[in-house]
Amino acid sequence: MLQERVANLAKMVEPDRVRKEVYTDAEIFEREMERIHETVWIYCGHESQVPKAGDYCTVQIGRQPMILVRGKNGKVNVLYNRCPHRGNMLCGDRKGNTGEQFRCSYHAWTFQLDGRLKNIPMKAAYEGTRYGKDNPDCSIKKAARVESYRGFVFASLAEDGPTLKEFLGESIVAFDDMCDRAPEGEVEVVPNCFRVIQHSNWKLFMENQIDALHPSVVHQSTGRAAHEVEKVLAKRATGGAAPLSYHMLSAFATVTIDKWDDFQTINYPYGHCILTGYMGLRPQDPDTLAYDKVMIKAYGRKRFEEIVGVNIHHVLVYPGLSVQSPLQQLRAVRPLGVDRTLTEIWHFRLKGAPEAIYRRSLAYYNLVNSPATLINADDLENFWKCHQGLASDGGDWVSLARHLGRDIEKNGAVSSGPKMGTSEAPMRNQMKAWAKYMRAAR
Amino acid sequence: MKSFELQQEVEQFLYQQAEFLDAKRWQDWIDLFAPDGIYWMPPDASYKTWDGQPAIFAEDKNLMTVRMLRVLHPDAWSQRPLWETNHIVSNVSIQKVAKNGDLEVRSRFHMLELRRDDVRHFAGKYTHHLQKTKRGYAIKLQRVDMTNAQAAYDYVLQVWV
Repeated sequence: MLQERVANLAKMVEPDRVRKEVYTDAEIFEREMERIHETVWIYCGHESQVPKAGDYCTVQIGRQPMILVRGKNGKVNVLYNRCPHRGNMLCGDRKGNTGEQFRCSYHAWTFQLDGRLKNIPMKAAYEGTRYGKDNPDCSIKKAARVESYRGFVFASLAEDGPTLKEFLGESIVAFDDMCDRAPEGEVEVVPNCFRVIQHSNWKLFMENQIDALHPSVVHQSTGRAAHEVEKVLAKRATGGAAPLSYHMLSAFATVTIDKWDDFQTINYPYGHCILTGYMGLRPQDPDTLAYDKVMIKAYGRKRFEEIVGVNIHHVLVYPGLSVQSPLQQLRAVRPLGVDRTLTEIWHFRLKGAPEAIYRRSLAYYNLVNSPATLINADDLENFWKCHQGLASDGGDWVSLARHLGRDIEKNGAVSSGPKMGTSEAPMRNQMKAWAKYMRAAR
Repeated sequence: MKSFELQQEVEQFLYQQAEFLDAKRWQDWIDLFAPDGIYWMPPDASYKTWDGQPAIFAEDKNLMTVRMLRVLHPDAWSQRPLWETNHIVSNVSIQKVAKNGDLEVRSRFHMLELRRDDVRHFAGKYTHHLQKTKRGYAIKLQRVDMTNAQAAYDYVLQVWV
């Protein structure tokens, strides 16, 4: 039983290894949902997804179905997708506009866009009972806390805890880097969400995102294939360059396994991580130069250099968000069960940037992140295989010992050592955060 | 009689297209496309153009070649397990016949996919823009509107549908 195993949770994470049950045990999963996903700040969506009053989209926080909705006063609310009367879900669709109110499809109770009860049909029937406008239990329950940073909306289902900014800490750079790259300092969502399900625990996704050892092994086939075609196109092209999108793919083969050590991970409290090293360096093609011009006009040369000089490949906001700010991509992780995980994948337009720069982001979105991905197909295959192996009795531990003892700790951040980008420091850091959440008194 | 022959010719072409996919004859399939031909699967039926928008697939022959070389690579891990498809193409309807013989054709498909022991179903609408050439038809555009385009994908699509 869980009660017995909870005492053992303390023994499940060691500095260099983790028990397999952490990835496969259904009761541990339930506790994770309660202690982690339904407690910390979880990304719900971008404000540009709900531009008008009444616009809504549904989102899962841990096991809780929620509604993100734009109120009449312009404020974004996050509500439980549940009618307080008999428990019916209020929004059955993934997105839409609910008009001036929510109206339950079962008994027509109506609610304001901030969740407050508006009306009950033939409400005289409740005279003399505890039910009515004065009882907060007759309104839609709200997420305990909602905060937005540069348009990115987060909610926490716990009353107490760090503020969003305290929680994000250094990982806030994900949103600054993305927005600062826009001449207008803002991004706008492209209204399409790719949704892909993997057959494994959610933690495998989070670990894989900043696992610098895997790309040249797992994505060799696509890297090689893209490189072959890239060479042919380069020969044909005036100026001798294939489109940048081919480089995004071929890098998986041309950056050989040893070169991934040149990257660096910096790991922060709460399990967050930054992987440094920008994929394409700074290209000097006409599209980039045109963009640079617009940016210099908007920010001045000094600030422009600072902005494009930010050296980030990936930012991981534990436990449920992966951001590639230089390419304006974002993947939100929604655990469906101990062995099933949904990722919701979005990309953004840099407001005020030339169309060609958007197309760069789009190419990555389509080639890497679509449901016909040339890259993630092999990751998902590995996730399934990982889960199969972990669920077996072939061993009890998962090793996270790569470059153990050579991490550099400074001001609360833990960096992989020099030329040790493939260190498993990010996984160790995530498990440290995990253990802290799971053991916390509640 | 003329239209009957045309109908049959088009149907045979669409069957061949599906047969090449099911038989994993990738290069033969790519060769069905015109030099500037496009394979396009929009994420939503409301999309009007493949260019400059999110797409599940939006591939010219170069990108098709990348995809083919990838699945043929010995280390394409996700290609290792048993993996087969079966297409049925039907409801073939010629929408437009241009003076030069180019066609716009609409049809419906159903594809069953087996991967390991799991079966998935995909169904939808094909729109083909076909160019009449000396060697038969060439695909200028193959648009694939999946009925389940907006649904979450349980695993992904590795090759063309």
